Amino acid sequence: MASGVKPRVKVPKKASAGEAVTIKTLISHKMESGQRKDKEGNTIPRSIINRFTCDFNGENVVDVTMEPAISTNPYFEFQATVPEAGEFKFTWYDDDGSVYEETKSIAVG
Amino acid sequence: MELTRRNAILLGGAALLMAGLPFRANAATEDAIAAFTGGAEVGEGDIKLTAPEIAENGNTVPIEVSSDTAVEILVLATGNPTPGVANFKFGKLAAARAASTRIRLAGTQDVVAIAKLEDGSFVQATSAVKVTIGGCGG
Repeated sequence: MASGVKPRVKVPKKASAGEAVTIKTLISHKMESGQRKDKEGNTIPRSIINRFTCDFNGENVVDVTMEPAISTNPYFEFQATVPEAGEFKFTWYDDDGSVYEETKSIAVG
Repeated sequence: MELTRRNAILLGGAALLMAGLPFRANAATEDAIAAFTGGAEVGEGDIKLTAPEIAENGNTVPIEVSSDTAVEILVLATGNPTPGVANFKFGKLAAARAASTRIRLAGTQDVVAIAKLEDGSFVQATSAVKVTIGGCGG
């Protein structure tokens, strides 16, 4: 079980229609790789976020599947087109079945 | 062997040399590439992989992949215990077929990015990263 998971997203508040905006996302997660060992020499089981998606008004922007080689506190930066005012929805899928969601609305003007 | 000063220096040098050798690209990497491309030929072309030449800390190595015509980009770390890193799929609203993230590298190795282009062909870019401190525990 991962504890203290907190998604953080940076999206501009405003954009002009059709503009490309840069989005930065970070989620605090320890991303246990399944390769490390504890003090007794037992392998610590893998516990990572295995998928991240970003949608805007139901249209997909990016869909990332992740392997244990992604660093602690997975960070992603990418660009999205904003055709109209609406809402970005970010979803992270955890190995333990948890799903973390974050939404950010953007105005066009 | 008597551990003289000279021998100690020789041993240290040998150990350093071993540590500095890059990890070999293994069969798992080839399998991962084959699974992604379905056995299709991988060429060179419209793909860019940006990674540091020297990473002091293998736990967080910043990388960036970009390709103007890609629908999907697969990133592999050839020297990690498992080569998979991430697979980026770009949707309709992706303004640029580019993304950056931070990855873990177990040691000095080649990082490989393979893009599936809109026309169905595959292109590849490789970047060698020298890692001072490995990032996969152990």
